[in-house]
Amino acid sequence: MSGHSTYQPKSAFTRWIDARLPVGRLVWDSFVDYPTPRNLNYWWTFGGILSLCLGVQIITGVVLAMHYTPSAAGAFNSVEHIMRNVNYGWLIRYIHANGASMFFIAVYLHMFRGLYYGSYKAPREILWLLGCVIYLLMMATAFMGYVLPWGQMSFHGAVVITNLLGAFPIVGETITTLLWGGFAVDEPTLKRFFSLHYLLPFVIAGVVILHIWALHVVGQNNPTGVEPKSKTDTLPFTPYATVKDGFAMSVFLILFATFVFYMPNALGHADNYIPADPLVTPAHIVPEWYFLPFYAILRAVPDKLMGVLAMFGAIGCLFALPWLDTSKVRSMRYRPQAKLYFAIFVVVCAILGLCGAKLPDDPIIPGLWSPLVIDSPLNSFVWLSRFATLYYFAYFLVITPALGLTEKPRPVPETISSPVLPGDSDKKD
Amino acid sequence: MLRKVTLLAAALVLVGGPAFAAGKAKEPADIAFSFEGPFGTYDQAQLQRGYKVYREVCAACHSMNLLAFRNLGDRGGPFYDPKYPNANDNPYVKAIAAEAQIDDLDGETGDPVKRPGIPADRFPAPFPNTIAAKASNGGALPPDLSLIAKAREGGPEYVAALLQGYKTPPKGHEPASATLHYNEYFPGNFLAMAAPLAAGKVEFDDGTKSTLKQQSEDVAAFLMWAAEPKMEERKQMGAAVMVFLVLFAGLLYASYRRVWANESH
Amino acid sequence: MADPAAHAATPDGDDPSRRDFIHIAAITAAGVGAGAVAWPFIAQMNPSADTLALASVEYDLTKVEQGMQVTINWRGKPLFIRNRTQAQIDAAVKDDGAAMPDPQPDAERHKDGKAEWLVLIGSCTHLGCVPTVGGGDYGGWFCPCHGSHYDTSGRIRKGPAPKNLVVPEYAFLSDTKVKIG
Repeated sequence: MSGHSTYQPKSAFTRWIDARLPVGRLVWDSFVDYPTPRNLNYWWTFGGILSLCLGVQIITGVVLAMHYTPSAAGAFNSVEHIMRNVNYGWLIRYIHANGASMFFIAVYLHMFRGLYYGSYKAPREILWLLGCVIYLLMMATAFMGYVLPWGQMSFHGAVVITNLLGAFPIVGETITTLLWGGFAVDEPTLKRFFSLHYLLPFVIAGVVILHIWALHVVGQNNPTGVEPKSKTDTLPFTPYATVKDGFAMSVFLILFATFVFYMPNALGHADNYIPADPLVTPAHIVPEWYFLPFYAILRAVPDKLMGVLAMFGAIGCLFALPWLDTSKVRSMRYRPQAKLYFAIFVVVCAILGLCGAKLPDDPIIPGLWSPLVIDSPLNSFVWLSRFATLYYFAYFLVITPALGLTEKPRPVPETISSPVLPGDSDKKD
Repeated sequence: MLRKVTLLAAALVLVGGPAFAAGKAKEPADIAFSFEGPFGTYDQAQLQRGYKVYREVCAACHSMNLLAFRNLGDRGGPFYDPKYPNANDNPYVKAIAAEAQIDDLDGETGDPVKRPGIPADRFPAPFPNTIAAKASNGGALPPDLSLIAKAREGGPEYVAALLQGYKTPPKGHEPASATLHYNEYFPGNFLAMAAPLAAGKVEFDDGTKSTLKQQSEDVAAFLMWAAEPKMEERKQMGAAVMVFLVLFAGLLYASYRRVWANESH
Repeated sequence: MADPAAHAATPDGDDPSRRDFIHIAAITAAGVGAGAVAWPFIAQMNPSADTLALASVEYDLTKVEQGMQVTINWRGKPLFIRNRTQAQIDAAVKDDGAAMPDPQPDAERHKDGKAEWLVLIGSCTHLGCVPTVGGGDYGGWFCPCHGSHYDTSGRIRKGPAPKNLVVPEYAFLSDTKVKIG
C-alpha cells in the first residue's frame, strides 16, 4: 500500500487477474513483501493474535446464532440446548464465551505495548484512534453478548449498564427508554442486543481493515521508537513476522484451550446459570473482569452523573493521548522516569480491576481500624479505588504532558541496526 | 521491565478474581470428588446413588427441567451402558422413563391425558407452574436443580455442605418464622427448605451405607453431572488438543528459529 | 494476520533439506489442526440429540379404517399409513410384472402377513412434494406438483419421479401398533 510494489505475477493467468483485480498484489505487498522492523519483540505479536481472536469469535458466533433463540422465554433454554443437545455445542459455546476474555487479554497487552513504546505518537495518531474505536466497539459487543444467555448476571448487568445512561440530565431517561424499548430491560431489549451483537463484529472487522491500512501507510513502530532508515533495518513480513506471529499464536492458543477445556466457567459468574428473574437481583453484581477497572472508577465517584462521566472520561483519555504526550522521544526504553510512572500506571489499572471486583465498603486489610474519611473508612476498597482513579487521570492529564517537557531521556540510537548502546539492558526483550 | 509489570498486574488480577460477598455463610469443606482435575471422571455408581436420592427426595419439590430420561443413558451418565450407545434404546433408561407419568394430549379428542414416559421425555416437574410450586412450599420457590451445581458459588461442595449444614440456631439467632430453617452454609443462614436428608432415608441398591454424608455427596455429584454432562468429553478432547498444541508450538518455534537463524535482531 | 503456513518454506538459507523438513512439518501440523477444528463446526449442523431422540414414533393402527389413510408427522415429513382394501392389494400384486421405472414386487413393500398395511414416507421422490391419496391413473397417489402417478403399492408408474415412495424402517410391536424409525 505504500511505496512501489515488487509483486511479479508468475503465470499468464495471474497476470490476467492482476490487470483486473490486483488482489494477489495487495496480499503480496501487505503480508509478504511488507517491510517490518527487524527488532520487533513478542509484544508485537498481539496484532496477529487479535485478528485470530476476532476470527474465532465471528465463526463461533455465527454457529451459535444457528441454534440460539433471541427471546426472553427461550434464550436461557436455547443456550442450554446448545450445551446439551447440539453436536459439539458445548465446545463452540465455551470457545465463544472464553474467547471474549482471551480477546480482552490480548487487546489490553496490545494497548499497554502501544503506551510503553509510544506507538500513538506522530505519525501514528489515526492508527491509535482507530484502535481506540475498535476497543470501544469490542466493549459494546462484549456487553451485549453477555446479555444474550439471559441469566441473572446477564439481565441485571444490562439493567445496571443501561441505567448508567439515565444519569445524564434531561435526555437520560429518554435514552434509556429508547434503548430498552420499554420501561425495563425486557424482550425488546434482548432482541435488539442480539441483532447488534451480530452486527458489531463485522463493523469491528471493517475498522480493523482501516487500522491495518493505517499501519501499513505509516509502518510499524518498534522497540527503539526510531523509524527504519534503510533496507538493513527491516525484514520482509513473510517469513520473518509470519512465523514469529504463528509461534506466538500457538502459545496463546494453549492458554485459550486451558480455559475452554479445563476451567470453562472460571471467568464467568455462577449467577449466570440462574435464569433471569427481574424481581431478584444477585447479592453481588459485578461486570465481567475486563470491565472491572472502569466499574471501579464509576463507583469511586460518589455522584451518579460524575461517576458516569469519569468512566467515559477514562476511555476519553486514551483518545486524547497522542496530543497529551509532549515527549520528543517515542519509546520509553530511553525514558527512565516515564518507565517508572508507566509501571505504576499498569499496577494502578490492576488495582482498579481488583477494586471493581470487591464490595466498596469491604476493608482492604481485614480487622485494621482506620479513620472515617468523608463517607467511608480509609481502609476500604472505595478509598483505594479513589486513589487509583486519581492516579489514572493524573497519568494522562498531568504526568504524561509534564514529563515530556521536564525529563532528560537517555541517548536514542541513530538507527534500529546501530550497535547496542552501553547500559541498554532492555535490548533483548 | 514491561514484562515484570505485566506479571505483577496479572497476579493482582488473579488474586482479585471473582470475589463474592461472604456474608455470614461458612465456607464449604473441600470434597475429593472423582470428577475433579484434568483427568477426573464421574463415578457411575455414585451418580446412580445420587439419582436415587434426587428421585426419592429432591424430586418431590424440585423440578429438573433441562434433563430428559435419555440423558441418564448418555456417555458419562448414571445408566450409560456401552451396549446401547443410543440412550433411547437403553432398556434401563426406558424402564425408568416408563415409570413416569407424562402429560400429553389425546391424539383424537385433544383431552389432556397421562401416558407412560419415553426416553425423549423431560423429567416431569412436581408442580404445574411456579405459582403452584410457591403455594405448596410456604411461598418459597424450590429452584430448578438442572444447573444448581454450576449456579451456586462453591458448586457441588456447597450443595453437599448445605444438605449437611442444618443446626439448631445459636442463641439470639432464632428464625423470624417457623417456616425458616437455620443452616450454617446458606448465605443469610435462614432458608425455607427443611433438612431434606437423614441417615437411612434412601436405601442404596449397591449396599453402600446410607449416611447423611453419603447421601449429600452422592446427590451433589449427580447434580454436578446434570449441570455439566459433557465434562468427560470435554476433558478427553482437551487432552488431545493440548498435546497437539504443544507439539505444534514446538514445531513453529523450530521453524521460527531456523527462519531467523541468520538475522540479528 | 500471519498465516504461519504461507510461504514459510521459500526464503534462502543453508542446509535446505533439514530446514524444509521443519517448515513442512509445521505447515502440515497447521493443516491437520485446521482440519480437526473444522469438524465440530460442520458436525454441529447435524441433527441434535433431542431431535434424534424424537426420531421414532409409535402409532396405534386401530385408528385407521380400511381403505383410509392417515398422515402423521415423522421427522418433519409426512408419513402415510394406509389400510388397503383387498381390491387395492390385488391390483398391486397383479402389476408386479408390469414395466415400471423402479420395479419391485408388492410383497417387498409391506411386512409379511400384513399386506393391508402400507407405511410410506409421503414425499414424492421427484422433488419432495406431498402426493394426494387416491389420485392418478393407478389409484394410488398422484403428485400435484409435476404429475407423478403412484399405484396402490406406492410404486412410481408414470411421470418424472425416478423411484417408488420410500418405505421407512418400521416394525409391528403388536397387531395394532407400529413403531416407525
